Amino acid sequence: MSEIKAEAYVDITDVVCPVTFVKAKVALEEIENGQILEIRLNDGEPIQNIPRSLKNEKHKVSHVEKNQDGTYNVTVIKGGLLEV
Amino acid sequence: MDESTYKELKKGGFMRQVQEGKFSLRLRVVGGQMKADQIRKVSEISAQYGHGYIHMTSRQGVEIPFIDIKDINAVKEELAAAGLQPGACGPRVRTVTACQGNTICGSGLIETSELAKELDAKYFAKDLPHKFKIGITGCKNNCLKAEENDLGIKGGLLPEWSKASCSYCGVCEAVCPEKAITINKSDHILKFDASKCSYCGKCVKSCPVDSWSGINGYIISFGGTFGNNLIFGEQLIPLITDKEKVFRVVDAAIEFFKEHGKAGERFRITINRVGKEKLRARLEEALQ
Repeated sequence: MSEIKAEAYVDITDVVCPVTFVKAKVALEEIENGQILEIRLNDGEPIQNIPRSLKNEKHKVSHVEKNQDGTYNVTVIKGGLLEV
Repeated sequence: MDESTYKELKKGGFMRQVQEGKFSLRLRVVGGQMKADQIRKVSEISAQYGHGYIHMTSRQGVEIPFIDIKDINAVKEELAAAGLQPGACGPRVRTVTACQGNTICGSGLIETSELAKELDAKYFAKDLPHKFKIGITGCKNNCLKAEENDLGIKGGLLPEWSKASCSYCGVCEAVCPEKAITINKSDHILKFDASKCSYCGKCVKSCPVDSWSGINGYIISFGGTFGNNLIFGEQLIPLITDKEKVFRVVDAAIEFFKEHGKAGERFRITINRVGKEKLRARLEEALQ
């Protein structure tokens, strides 16, 4: 659905808190500030908490899409909330 | 020893054990926090006067079991030297419990530790018709189980959306556990159903462009009891955003209980007998 082109993709639906965010962070380590990561995550606790943690670490969520299977795809710009 | 002496000791935190002449000493702990030197002193006392261990109570307190009746005064002096005091038992305001709140916790929406100290300073061991428990929890996650208390305080956040900066990314709709937000991304329409909002603050904390903002506040519940009867405290007034008003409400609730409560009757029973609406009216009056 999303037209935004992500440089990297990580699926964190196979792990539980707190490994979910750790896995997302590791994926963010692999890309540069300004680049985009797409994260697939589960409904419930992951979707309720991961966006907040991303914001706390100055990454900017640009798009959220709910998938047919109940999971979500969140696209996030690495360092997108850092002051320039 | 006669019963009145036991009662007096109980009032001062010494609880009679099943072992003749032995007492479990409850300490005054506020919001579940103790200083390092105090912990050291408790350790020394338990080793010297008790059986070398402590018991952590269900309400964040510490008890030192097996204090002999002849050592009670010596123990009191040792405690006082370390700035420690016995806790309260019996029909009065008990330990004020609290989670660590927004000073420590990312989910926290209110400051809890100082609030616990302030409430403790004001009400600790105040005589009432029955025990009276106050508990403070920083957010909707409710780690401190606010509604189990005669008076529970919970952090909440009253959200507000501003159209100007919104990117319609959809994150608030996704994170909202109450499904109170619906977004039409293509038409740039956002609908917020305030009646569904549980004041959890997730929309504000996750919004990447700060379109959601909000005022932090206190959700207060009344008449919880989790012993012989299991009844949740009930929220009788809307979220309060002004800390000073929290004190006015707590004052009003405690005075209501003191005035209407029969000896040996928990706050919940008084509320049910006298009428919830009467308490609500009293609280609303305090908010004026």
